[in-house]
Amino acid sequence: MDEKKFAKIEQQLSPKTPLGLNIVKAFLTGGTICLIGQFIAMFYMTFFDFTERTASNPTVATMVFLAMVLTGLGQYKKIAQFGGAGAAVPITGFSNAVVSASIEHKSEGYVLGVGGNMFKLAGSVILFGVVSAFTVALIKTILVKFGVVSW
Amino acid sequence: MVSKGLLTFPSNPSIAATGVTAGPLEKKSPFSSQFDKIYTDERMHLKTNEQGHAKMIEDASMIALSKIDAVPSKADFFFAGDLVNQMTPSNFSASTLQIPYIGMFSACATSISSLLMAALVTDANLSEITLAGAGSQHNAIERQFRYPVEYGSQKPESSQWTVTAAGIAVVTPNRKKTPVITKGTMGRVIDLGMTDPLNMGAAMAPAAMDTLERHLKGHQASEADYDLIMTGDLGKTGFTIFKELATRKEIVVSEKFQDAGEAFYGGDPKFFSGASGAGCSSAIYFSEVYGKMMTGDYQKVLLIATGSLLSPLSYQQGETIPCIAHAVELMMK
Repeated sequence: MDEKKFAKIEQQLSPKTPLGLNIVKAFLTGGTICLIGQFIAMFYMTFFDFTERTASNPTVATMVFLAMVLTGLGQYKKIAQFGGAGAAVPITGFSNAVVSASIEHKSEGYVLGVGGNMFKLAGSVILFGVVSAFTVALIKTILVKFGVVSW
Repeated sequence: MVSKGLLTFPSNPSIAATGVTAGPLEKKSPFSSQFDKIYTDERMHLKTNEQGHAKMIEDASMIALSKIDAVPSKADFFFAGDLVNQMTPSNFSASTLQIPYIGMFSACATSISSLLMAALVTDANLSEITLAGAGSQHNAIERQFRYPVEYGSQKPESSQWTVTAAGIAVVTPNRKKTPVITKGTMGRVIDLGMTDPLNMGAAMAPAAMDTLERHLKGHQASEADYDLIMTGDLGKTGFTIFKELATRKEIVVSEKFQDAGEAFYGGDPKFFSGASGAGCSSAIYFSEVYGKMMTGDYQKVLLIATGSLLSPLSYQQGETIPCIAHAVELMMK
């Protein structure tokens, strides 16, 4: 049997990814995570001396912490199975990637295991995040310089 | 007589006993009552997953040996394998057992490739007791091939769940009232260009088909001759494709066709397409199938274990998934 013929059979018989449903689930999951983040930000603004801009740092830290606890308790993967990208894209997904790799590699010790592998999955998020942030900042700086937009 | 991977064993070596061990989650399997030992801890109360993995293979071997009142020092050969890099769990269990050992790697088809090797040495009159089998431990294998266990990635319906289980068979020269190994077919590596490691059943189905076809043709047999034709770990998706391929080859697909991976967790959707891993086929073959042969429910069975021979490196480099299937024919005489 040739590859093309088999690929046809395979595509007919393999379960289809429910794209529409997955998108809705991702939207709801990601939205819920962001809503929780919004409440936490409001909490910091109401009860502590934070402005909308400065509240983002403790909010992010809190969300990372919550995702860390959920990962440790084996719950985050269940949220991710339901929510897909909705659970992966927010900062909680980043936390999950770092913490899950740390737990996984604890058996090889703290330096070579945890330290060496902590950013195995999250490393590329940091790299491409920094590169894209730099690019966007560069573009904006140029636009501001030419008076197209303001800070 | 051997030709083009077709094997016959005229002396009819026996599977004198088997030992099957499994992890706590595998209690959910409808076959769990057939397993000899189910651990309460997924690491078998050891420090690492890999140590637990070795312990599982070691315990299955000891249980199998104890059933024929033998000890490891009486055994001549040990053929076993798993899916961890360099097969360290099998190596460590062989270190404890101190039985002359060759590690086997046919991915999830190792249960049968080991059994074929055991049948060969026994049939050549070189062995009184040979141990053969394979195992897998969910956490150890997931980290080997995929993501950390706790990492949240959405798995598609076609993905499979690596079982925590090990199955070992004790192969001896012919004994009465035990299932005997009569024939076998060594698989060829079949690669039809599949690249999705989360749909390995589909990649492996053509390999299973190739081996089934070669076995039936080569040994002048028909699917009607068997009480059971069981593939290893194609899962729901792969098994559906396998049955379609068989139908196209004018093989009559009946209820006798089963898949250990699909059956392992009783079709529970929590495990997606079903079970996989080197322990999947070995656990079912050496507990459920072996048991039903002993009770006379099955007289003649054909077991086709399937394995996908990929590595994380090979698929990240964009390679396709090469697959293999080995077959063995057992009879109750």
